[in-house]
Amino acid sequence: MAEYRFSIPLKKSDVEKLYVGDVIFVSGSIFTARDAAHKMMLEKNVSAIPFDPSSMGLYHCGPLMRKSKGGWEVVSAGPTTSDRMDMFEDSFIGKFGVNLIIGKGSMGDKTKKALQKYTCVYTLYTGGAGALAADKIQEVKEVYWLKELGMAEAVWVFKVKDFGPLVVAIDSHGKSIYEQVKNKIRRG
Amino acid sequence: MDFDKIKSGVVELIKKAEIELPDDVVIALKKAYDSEEGLAKIQLKNILDNIKVAKKTGRPLCQDTGVQTFFIKAGVDFPNVGYLKIVITDAVRIATEKVPLRPNTVDPFTKFNHADNVGDYIPAITWDFVKGSDVFITAIPKGAGSENMSKLVMLRPGVGLEGVKDFVVDEIIDAGGNPCPPTVIGIGIGGGADLAMKLGKTALLRPVGVRHPDKNIANFEKEMIEKINETGIGPMGIGGKTTVLDVHVEKAPRHPASLPVGLVVQCWADRRATMVIHKDGSWEVK
Repeated sequence: MAEYRFSIPLKKSDVEKLYVGDVIFVSGSIFTARDAAHKMMLEKNVSAIPFDPSSMGLYHCGPLMRKSKGGWEVVSAGPTTSDRMDMFEDSFIGKFGVNLIIGKGSMGDKTKKALQKYTCVYTLYTGGAGALAADKIQEVKEVYWLKELGMAEAVWVFKVKDFGPLVVAIDSHGKSIYEQVKNKIRRG
Repeated sequence: MDFDKIKSGVVELIKKAEIELPDDVVIALKKAYDSEEGLAKIQLKNILDNIKVAKKTGRPLCQDTGVQTFFIKAGVDFPNVGYLKIVITDAVRIATEKVPLRPNTVDPFTKFNHADNVGDYIPAITWDFVKGSDVFITAIPKGAGSENMSKLVMLRPGVGLEGVKDFVVDEIIDAGGNPCPPTVIGIGIGGGADLAMKLGKTALLRPVGVRHPDKNIANFEKEMIEKINETGIGPMGIGGKTTVLDVHVEKAPRHPASLPVGLVVQCWADRRATMVIHKDGSWEVK
């Protein structure tokens, strides 16, 4: 179990040195996308996306936001269940070139293969730790499709500093921590 | 009676439930932290830090502030009990702005998000009536990550309680890290399909660490805690000793030909708060 600090976007060599069980902290830009945003972005041309997903981390998150005088404020923003995005993720990684995903819970075989094919890593942030995560978000940079998708489903761009600890849950070498745990299950 | 005052009390109730976990849950999480190591301990540290930050900053513990769910025990001598539904519904609207709560009520047909956490049958209120003149309202906002792992099964009675145990353990293994373990599990056994699910959710009202008064059921609960924790799924599903903080069972008689089991999964953020309203309209949130 190694520990690393990275700037986003991660270099290919950064992703390659990560193995299941490693812990990382990341700084830079991340964008939120749940199932509705995945579906919508996949239906659009890359040129129609108003930001560069490949320069950011993808955060499975439907944040709780509050409008304040100066703009938007993050109230609570932990990860959402990543399993819902599994059906879109291989195409999403292929199309938009993201190499860092933050979520919670397991993702399936299709995603695992895509992580290997495109050298991408899936990391876990503690589910439910919304207040703690919000504390590590320094800035709300943008929001896209708020009107069409609503607060939880919209794409929010956050600037984060030392966001973590993130546990490498599925690495780019075809290994998943969830499979390892399930293979060891003991039935009383 | 001043219903505006009661309404502000219900807003306080929702706020407390969303921001502060009950002591029994925090104690169980601290115990889990002490017993774990490695990656599991990191998860529990984040959980405990999150509890502290939420309390200090007044932010909801989790961005999924859930579907607003209330269990009410109304004293039969409380005046104007019929107004409480309107009062609670209004309070949910106010709390959505004030706490704030994430808009979590989407119409299944139009996909319209009501934005105020109110809609047909929502907030979900379960009524019961008791002796006396006090009303007890328990708020138990429930997020989708854990609720999505809840399930009903109509077993053949021939499989007996062993069949119930197998069903629950299989489901918890399948759920893995999705419901944000360490979870609290409510199991409703008996009644019909609807009642079994309701009993499962009602079981979550009991504090963590408190056993069912019936000794046989208490033993069943203890056995389930052991069986589930032996799986090694652990905090957030990445391995460890603590998969559940507790298992609570409620039962009702079953039809001779049915064995309904309602499994209700609650995340580690086992949010619960109770208020009591007296017949003069004064209230306290506990």
